[in-house]
Amino acid sequence: MHNKGVRHLIGVFLLGWSALTLAGNVERGAKVFQVCQSCHAIGPGATHLVGPHLNEVFGRVAGSLSDFKYSEGLRAAGVNGMRWDAEHLAAYIENPIALVTGTNMRFGGVASAEDRDDLIAFLRAYSASPRDIPESLPTALARDPDVDPQILAIKGDPEYGEYLASECVTCHQSDGADRGIPSIVGWPTKQFVIVMHAYKSAARPNPVMQLIAANLADEDIAALAAYFEKQQ
Amino acid sequence: MDRRSFLRGTVAGAALASAAPSVIGSAKPRVVVIGGGAGGATAARYIAKDSQGAVDVVLIEPTRTYYTCFFSNLYIGGYRDFASIGHTYGKLASEYGVTVVHDWATGIDRDAKTVALASGTTIGYDRVIVAPGIDFKYETTPGYSAAASGKMPHAWKGGSQTQLLKAQLEAMRPGGTFVMLAPPNPYRCPPGPYERISMAAHLLTEKNPTAKIIVLDPKEKFSKQGLFQEAWTKYYGDMVEWLPASMYGSIKAINADTMTIETELDTFKADVANIIPGQRAGHIASSAGLTNDSGFCPIVPDTMQSQMDPNVFVLGDSSIAGDMPKSGFSANSQAKVAAMVVRAELTGSRAFPPKFSNTCWSLVATNDGVKVGARYEATPEKIASTGGFISKTGESAELRKQTYEESIGWYNGITADMFG
Ligand SMILES: Cc1cc2nc3c(=O)[nH]c(=O)nc-3n(C[C@H](O)[C@H](O)[C@H](O)COP(=O)(O)OP(=O)(O)OC[C@H]3O[C@@H](n4cnc5c(N)ncnc54)[C@H](O)[C@@H]3O)c2cc1C
Ligand code: HEC
Ligand code: HEC
Repeated sequence: MHNKGVRHLIGVFLLGWSALTLAGNVERGAKVFQVCQSCHAIGPGATHLVGPHLNEVFGRVAGSLSDFKYSEGLRAAGVNGMRWDAEHLAAYIENPIALVTGTNMRFGGVASAEDRDDLIAFLRAYSASPRDIPESLPTALARDPDVDPQILAIKGDPEYGEYLASECVTCHQSDGADRGIPSIVGWPTKQFVIVMHAYKSAARPNPVMQLIAANLADEDIAALAAYFEKQQ
Repeated sequence: MDRRSFLRGTVAGAALASAAPSVIGSAKPRVVVIGGGAGGATAARYIAKDSQGAVDVVLIEPTRTYYTCFFSNLYIGGYRDFASIGHTYGKLASEYGVTVVHDWATGIDRDAKTVALASGTTIGYDRVIVAPGIDFKYETTPGYSAAASGKMPHAWKGGSQTQLLKAQLEAMRPGGTFVMLAPPNPYRCPPGPYERISMAAHLLTEKNPTAKIIVLDPKEKFSKQGLFQEAWTKYYGDMVEWLPASMYGSIKAINADTMTIETELDTFKADVANIIPGQRAGHIASSAGLTNDSGFCPIVPDTMQSQMDPNVFVLGDSSIAGDMPKSGFSANSQAKVAAMVVRAELTGSRAFPPKFSNTCWSLVATNDGVKVGARYEATPEKIASTGGFISKTGESAELRKQTYEESIGWYNGITADMFG
C-alpha cells in the first residue's frame, strides 16, 4: 500500500522537479526509502506506524505531531526550535543519536551521502510547495553535520580534558545525575565528539550548549571526550 | 557567630599561625582563600582536589552555612524551602582536606604575606585568593544604613535578610504596597531584582491579590527587560509598576521609621520596602588596597591576578571582570581559571588557556524560566564577550518549562562544584 502511494507521488512531483537545485534523485530516493518503510509511511492517507508519518516533514518542527508519542529528546529538540530542513534531515538519517540522544528511532543510519541526498529529495517531494521551503534556516548549520574523519581521529589529552571539564560540571553533575541537564559521563569518545560538533555547527538547537561548543577547538573536544569517557 | 564556633576557629587559626609562610621548593606551599562563596569555595575545592595534598589550602569564612543568593528569589516565590538553599563546608574539609576556619579576615599584610583574623591570629600565605563578595555603598541610598536593613531589608546577601523580606511580604496588610529600590550599575546579578519582583508578584497574587508593587529604578533600562515586562503583564496584570529615575527624580531620603522613600518628584509610602544600595567589593578588598576608584578590584584578564599584587587573586563580585556580569556562575568560572594558575605557579603543574562563560536563568512564573548567556575571551585589556544568546519573548510554554528545568540542573551542578 505504501509503495503504491509512493509511485503515485513520484509521478506527480517528477514534473518540473529538475528546476530545483536539490542534489538528490527522487526516484533513487524512493528505493532508499525502503529501509525506512518498516517504520514510516508516506503518501496520501499515510498513518503513524512505529515512527510518525513523513508527509509534510520538510519545514516541520521536529517531534511536533500532536497525535504521535515522541521521545523526550526529539520533543525537546523541537521545543528548542529544531526544524526538519535538508541538513537536519541528513544529520538525523546519517546517525539518529548524534542529533538526538535518546531518540526512539532505533536505526543504524544511512551511511552513503549520495543515498541520503536521494532520500531527502524523495522526502521533499511529499511536502507542500517544496520550492518555498528554504534549504536551511538562517541560523542553521554553519558546516556539514558529519564530522571529518580527521577530527574524529584526533587523540585527546585527558589532562587538558580534565581542566576543560571543570567548565562543564557547573551544569553537568560529575556524579552523572541528570535532573534538568543530561549526564555526560561514560560516553564512548566517538559519539561524544560527534555530538559536540552537532552543537558547534548548531545542528543541535539548545543555545546554552551551542555557546559552550562554540568556544571549543577540535583538540578541546577530543580532550573532553577522552576525559569524560573515563568518568563514571 | 556563636561562642563555640568562635573558639573552634581560634584553635584552628592558632595551629596555623605556628607554621611560618612557606616558599616554593621548601615546605608545602599555602593558599589562603578569603570568603567561602561561589568564587572562594570553588577555588578552594579545585586547588585542594587537583593538587592532591601538595598545596595546603585554608578557607576563611565566617558563616557555617552558606545560603545562596541564587535561587533565594525562588524561596521568596515559594518554589524552594529555605533549607534547600543552605550549604555547609563539611565535605570540603573531610573529602578534600581543606582547612576551613570559621572566622572573619580583618586584614591582609601584603608585604609580610599574612592574613589577620578577627580572633587575633595571623596566617601566612604564598598566594591569597580574595573572594568576599560585595559590600554596600550607602551613599547611594541617603538615610539607609546597615541598621535600617532590619526594617527595610536589602536581602542582597544570602541568609537571614532573605528570610526577613519573605516574612514581611507574607505578613503585609491586604492591599498593601511593596516598594523595591533597585540598585544602580554595577551590581551582583543584573536580572536579580526583576526576578525578585516576579517572585514577589507570584507570592502576592496568591496571598494578597490586591497588593501593589512599585519598582523605583535608578536605571532607565535593565537586564532581560522585555522578557520580564512581558511576564509581569501576562501573569500579574497591573500589580507591578516599574518607574525609572526619569519618572521620580533622584532619591532624597529613606526613612525606615516612617517607611517612606522621598524622591525629588514624589514620596512613596511602603508597607514592605526592599532597599538595594549601590555596591562595591567586600570591605577586606579595599582595606588591603586591592580596589580602584570604582570600588572594585582590577585584575589581569587571563589569570584573575590582582593588578596590584601578583600574589593576590581576586574572584567573583569583588573583581572587575570586564564584560562578565557579577554572578555566581561567573565567580565559579573565574575560580577554576585562578585555581589552575595558582596550582601551576606553586607546584609546576601544567598551565592551560583560560575559559570563561556565564549563563543566568531567571524564573518569572510557575514553570516559566528565561535565560541569558555569553562566552568570553581574555584580551590584554579585559575579559571580553565573544557572543551570547537570550531567551525570546513569546516562546512556547514547553520551552520555558524546559528552561526552568535546566536551571534546577544548573543549581545542583554548581552547588556540588562548590561544596563537593
Ligand atoms: C537575589 C539574588 C539572586 C541571584 N541569582 C543568581 C543566579 O540565578 N545565578 C547566578 O549565577 N548568580 C546569582 N546571583 C549572584 C551571586 O549570588 C553572586 O554573584 C555570587 O554569590 C558571587 O560570588 P562571590 O564568591 O563573589 O561572593 P559570595 O558568594 O557572596 O561569597 C562571599 C563570601 O565571603 C564571605 N566574606 C566576606 N567578607 C569576608 C571576610 N572579611 N573574611 C572572610 N569571609 C568573608 C561572606 O560571608 C561570603 O560567604 C544572585 C544574587 C542575588 C542577590
Ligand atoms: C526501526 C524503526 C525506524 C526506522 C527503520 C526509521 N525510523 Fe524514522 N523514526 C522512528 C521513530 C520511532 C521515530 C520517532 C523518534 C523519536 O520520537 O525520538 C522516527 C522519527 C523520524 C523522523 C522525525 C519525524 C518528526 O515528526 O519529527 C524522521 C524525519 C524520520 N524518522 C525519518 C526516517 C527515515 C528517512 C528513515 C529511513 C532512512 C527512518 N526514519 C527509519 C522509527 C524508525
Ligand atoms: C550552562 C550549562 C551547561 C554547561 C556549562 C555545559 N552544558 Fe552541556 N548541556 C547543557 C544542557 C542544558 C544540555 C541539554 C541540551 C539539549 O537539550 O540539547 C546539555 C547537553 C550536553 C550534551 C548532550 C547530552 C545528551 O544527552 O544529548 C553533551 C555531550 C554536553 N552537553 C557536553 C558538555 C561539555 C563537554 C561541556 C563543557 C565543555 C558542557 N556540556 C557544558 C548545559 C550545559
